[in-house]
Amino acid sequence: MLRQIDGSFAVAEAVALCRPEVVSCYPITPQTHIVEHLGELVKDGHLKGCEFINTESEFGAMSLCIGSSSAGARTYTATASQGLLFMMEAVYNASGMGLPIVMTLGNRAIGAPINIWNDQTDAMSARDAGWIQLFVESNQEAVDVHIQAFKLAEALSLPVMVCMDGFILTHSYTRIDMPTQEQVDSFLPPFVARQKLDPADPVSMGAMVGPEAFTEVRYLAHYKQLEALELIPKLAAEYDAIVGRDSGGLLKSHYEGDAETVVVTMGSVIGTMKEVLTPMRAEGTSIGAITVRSFRPFPKDEVYEALKNAKRVIVFEKALAVGLGGILSSNIRWALRGTATPVYSVIGGLGGRPITRPSLRTLFEKGVKDQLEETHFLDLNLDVVKRQIDREREQTGSGPAAENILRDIGALRAAKTA
Amino acid sequence: MPEIRESLQRVKFYQTGTFTVGNRLLDQSLRTVQATGERANAITSGHRACQGCGEALGARYAVDAAMRAANNKLIAANATGCLEVFTTPYPETAWQLPWVHSLFGNAPAVASGVAAALRAKGRTDVRVLAQGGDGGTTDIGFGCLSGMFERNDDVLYVCYNNQAYMNTGVQRSSQTPGAARTATTMPVGKEPGNPFGTGKFVPAIAMAHNIPYVATASIHDLHDLEYKVTRAMEFHGARYIEVFVTCPLGWGSRPGDTLKIARMAVETGIYPLFEAEYGEVTGVTKIRNRRPVEDYLKLQRRFAHVLKPGNEWQLEQIQAAAEKNIRKYGLI
Ligand SMILES: Cc1ncc(C[n+]2csc(CCOP(=O)(O)OP(=O)(O)O)c2C)c(N)n1
Ligand code: SF4
Ligand SMILES: [Mg+2]
Repeated sequence: MLRQIDGSFAVAEAVALCRPEVVSCYPITPQTHIVEHLGELVKDGHLKGCEFINTESEFGAMSLCIGSSSAGARTYTATASQGLLFMMEAVYNASGMGLPIVMTLGNRAIGAPINIWNDQTDAMSARDAGWIQLFVESNQEAVDVHIQAFKLAEALSLPVMVCMDGFILTHSYTRIDMPTQEQVDSFLPPFVARQKLDPADPVSMGAMVGPEAFTEVRYLAHYKQLEALELIPKLAAEYDAIVGRDSGGLLKSHYEGDAETVVVTMGSVIGTMKEVLTPMRAEGTSIGAITVRSFRPFPKDEVYEALKNAKRVIVFEKALAVGLGGILSSNIRWALRGTATPVYSVIGGLGGRPITRPSLRTLFEKGVKDQLEETHFLDLNLDVVKRQIDREREQTGSGPAAENILRDIGALRAAKTA
Repeated sequence: MPEIRESLQRVKFYQTGTFTVGNRLLDQSLRTVQATGERANAITSGHRACQGCGEALGARYAVDAAMRAANNKLIAANATGCLEVFTTPYPETAWQLPWVHSLFGNAPAVASGVAAALRAKGRTDVRVLAQGGDGGTTDIGFGCLSGMFERNDDVLYVCYNNQAYMNTGVQRSSQTPGAARTATTMPVGKEPGNPFGTGKFVPAIAMAHNIPYVATASIHDLHDLEYKVTRAMEFHGARYIEVFVTCPLGWGSRPGDTLKIARMAVETGIYPLFEAEYGEVTGVTKIRNRRPVEDYLKLQRRFAHVLKPGNEWQLEQIQAAAEKNIRKYGLI
């Protein structure tokens, strides 16, 4: 059924169609609307057989999920940014224990400086936490991928994090083709837990494991993620056959034919990019883009296939590994190991900085001429950065950097308008 | 009679509560769970606790009493700590009930999750127990504990209070008493041991949540511990029992003195035994044979400095705290 709704509402409705049995919640922008709506659906009786629990922290929320999933209940929660960090110990624990929890991450920057706006640093902070991480480009994809996420999680007994850009997706109203309950039921069978706390068959879960077997346990976690590389496209095809649209998978190509320059990115920014790339292609520039949908497991063979004929690759990412550069780009370089293809890393959109068409156009025009630095920061205000660097050089007690920068930006603006 | 599943180990030894003779004279229905043929033996033999470990003893009695009350349909969540480590050394487990360990500070929330799952599935027959040491419960897990209390989740939480972080080598916790030596409060300087005027009494904080049932118990009176667990299981909602458990390794005491030390803690007034329903005290265990605090302190090396010349002020403070408990809870 077609509906005009915001991303959070759509995800809540999609999760409700999956018949979760336990939903735990803790507020943090920009995911809060998702759990708010689920709470309402439980309370007004639309979502039956589901316990909705307000917890005292994200650490409590994920811990509660660990308990309910261990007891064999289909379990869901959502968080973002500081919330993900606050629950991180439990995030690793959930995957270590192999619990098929599904969590939405409304991607948001991480402080300090505190910032509620979108980037993907939060997801990157959990990239080695053992969760499957799927990135969506639109709210329609968010709906479809959440439904697939439950089946994927339960098939592998692994938790799945669905990453959707905060605000850009969570708060935007778009047309959504919501699958029917019958369609979802035909795709997603009731949850049968691989391991379960049950008095009829007592097991000990979460026992201590020493050096004798720890490597094997970790290897199995890796092996299961590699299995996901096969299962993700399979489930997407199965789901797509039911709803009649392309919705998931490991990678998505956004062009046909050849491209000398291939842009690689994740999440919603491809929407803006397509508006720049389509005219550039029409003008004769050999450029195209792909999005990585499954960041963990990382589909390195598929990435290689998609990029092997490219002359250069521009990786655009909304996260920064401080002291290194790009994170997605490091992974892409790994996929392209053994080739001489240059991989440019572009960091943009941090803390909600708008990613504009003119900026992208300039970037790509430079890119196709190999005029980019190895790590390029989109729209970086070097004046401001230099001022602070000089200040720190000159004064030992130069004060908090973030505050100084805010003041400088104010001064620069005032100078411009004067 | 509670049903017993075949998978549960039958009793190997005849075991009694502390008041051995009293127990034998009791009516069958009132005898300790451990003394009956039906005890679940939920923590079976072969675990790796130290000799004389009060936590192992307390947990055995508490869990089996909860098992009996739940008709053996019980699920336990466990915090990281000695109890978790000594019962599940890879590749063995001492637990004969469904048991989950997740993290150090989240046992209350994990138990809440189990309870939520059971509620969603309509399994009203299965009950939930959570347990941890004083560090896991009253320090790092305190946020989750308070959350579980205020939501009134259907969980019985049992805290085994040995007054320090034992599993990591005896460091101070918020339950470490004034003057006590731990690895992080050494008996050196002008104020040897743990400073006075710190710490918190969590049963009182639990009561402030107005939850259905709160109690303190001690391993020297196992019959009372079983009674309190059984009573707690008559309620639904959040319940809290704190058990005073001797730790020979951390306290520097003889394993053979484990029960004696616990008894002395109660008989001196250092550890008050009471129960409370919905935030009001409903019962207090009176001191039967009052003792000076020296009788408690002298059995433990962690207090050795208190009894040395120059530290009389510490002894006075400990005695004063015991007397305050006696007044406050009406222990005599
Ligand atoms: C987040 C975290 N911090 C610290 C630890 C280390 N740790 C494990 S058990 C433990 C002490 C447990 O003390 P307590 O809860 O009092 O239980 P006891 O061992 O005394 O029974 C500590 C500090 C941990 N496992 N996790
Ligand atoms: S250190 Fe203390 S609590 Fe831990 S097993 Fe030994 S006696 Fe028991
Ligand atoms: Mg302890």
